[in-house]
Amino acid sequence: MKRLKLTLLQIAVGIGFLVLWHVLTAYPILAPTRQTQFFFSTPIEVLARVWKEFASGEIWRHLGITLLETILAFAFGAGGGILFGFLFARRALLAAVFDPYIKAANALPRVVLAPIFALWFGLGIWSKVALGFTLVFFIVFFNVYQGVREVNPVVLANARMLGMNERQLLRHVYWPAALTWMFSSLHTSVGFALVGAVVGEYLGSSAGLGYKIHEAESVFDVTGVFAGMVILSVFVILIDMVVTFIERRLLVWRPAPSTNGQG
Amino acid sequence: MSSKRRRQARETSSPMSTATTPPAVSLRNVAITFGDGGSGYTAVQAIDLAAKPGEFIAIVGPTGCGKSTLLNASAGLLKPSDGQVEIFGAPLLGLNARAGYLFQQDALMPWKTALQNVAVALEPKGVSRREADQKAREWLRRLGLAAFVDRYPHMLSGGQRKRVALAQMLIRDPEILLMDEPFGPLDAQTRQIMGNLLLDLWAANRKAVLFVTHDLEEAISLADRVVVMSAGPAAGIIGEFPVTLPRPRDIAEVRLDPAFHHIHKEIWASLRTEVQKAYAQGEGASA
Repeated sequence: MKRLKLTLLQIAVGIGFLVLWHVLTAYPILAPTRQTQFFFSTPIEVLARVWKEFASGEIWRHLGITLLETILAFAFGAGGGILFGFLFARRALLAAVFDPYIKAANALPRVVLAPIFALWFGLGIWSKVALGFTLVFFIVFFNVYQGVREVNPVVLANARMLGMNERQLLRHVYWPAALTWMFSSLHTSVGFALVGAVVGEYLGSSAGLGYKIHEAESVFDVTGVFAGMVILSVFVILIDMVVTFIERRLLVWRPAPSTNGQG
Repeated sequence: MSSKRRRQARETSSPMSTATTPPAVSLRNVAITFGDGGSGYTAVQAIDLAAKPGEFIAIVGPTGCGKSTLLNASAGLLKPSDGQVEIFGAPLLGLNARAGYLFQQDALMPWKTALQNVAVALEPKGVSRREADQKAREWLRRLGLAAFVDRYPHMLSGGQRKRVALAQMLIRDPEILLMDEPFGPLDAQTRQIMGNLLLDLWAANRKAVLFVTHDLEEAISLADRVVVMSAGPAAGIIGEFPVTLPRPRDIAEVRLDPAFHHIHKEIWASLRTEVQKAYAQGEGASA
């Protein structure tokens, strides 16, 4: 009952927004309709464009490329982050020496790297993967580093008393502890992988969702821009649902989070 | 070769004949200081304690007197600043591989099920996965957890988690059991059940036990000998009291025995001043 009410309210907000948008652009209330439609398009036109994109099938190629870039950026970024997170957490000297450089590299706004990556890796997918990598790497790195450093000392002492050697400790204690931290940041890091891909495409490419949006923008095709944004949002929500599913499967051992958080 | 001879000696002599066998755990003039040199905090000092193989020793004392510190030194988790720790006559280097440790806090790996937690304890011994699983199942059944083998620790109650931890420790069959207020966080009924369970297991396969508790009644009902420590800092042993109550004991019933009251009175007389001292220190520190 409560659940149904909530869903109905959520749908009502969405419909309210669309109706407001439609009324303001279909009737000359604030300004002549030619003007408002140029700046804001109309919801019906945007939805029609979205439909057309899928009907013609052209959008699938762009979606596929953005998805591939996101997956590659996440895979490389998470892999590198786990490797270096472990290494630095277990070698205190290494962590201390590189600390200022890592902080400096992480403080850098990654967007400024996009043109450099385009220069180095070309306009294909790899410059976008590189941009996504720089975003994902640091999130996973810091989380794994923290996870390994903050392993519960009692659990660790107990495992050592059971006679585990360094390799067994790594496998049974450090690795699962680090993974927990990594998965707690999974939504953020997958999101950033996608941001890297889209921003990279936006700044210079010949395919992908970011390219589609940029292309529409450059000819003042507001309908095209909004259609691209709608497709991108749905795409992000779908990816997030997949991440939630994977997270639930892998972290079955964790107590259920308190109900006041977001589902 | 000397260790071989020792092993043979242990096998041929009964655990209670103490004349020839070295003690399972022997602390000699042990002091433990935290921090550096002059500014350090000395937790315990001049500790002499020996546990014979198969002997159940309970260590009681006021809070913060360094009872757990002694266990950590016996486990090899802490290196004494002074004195020697010997395990079956050999000086302890590194971790004590012949001891099992039951911690006060939850020490199970939260990402493993009860079964995996117990079975993994055999991995360092090189036992095959299948055999380890089978033995772990057996132990969990023995401790009344047959229906809970596939539960993760957070799905178990405090008492069930303690039983899993107990199985995890005992499956390795260690010769020394170190227990740090293991039943402290449990409710009174569960503590009694756990106490009786521990006594049953111990009677079936006698190990040297160092059992730290702040509960004097628990100490008397479980142990062969109760060791009383003074209030810290620089805590020491101020008394040792043999408990001659007949075994097998029932934790709840043994408390009604007049001899129990007699021992309790005797130990409490020496413990009371230390508890008051520790309490006064605590008040002073917080004021």
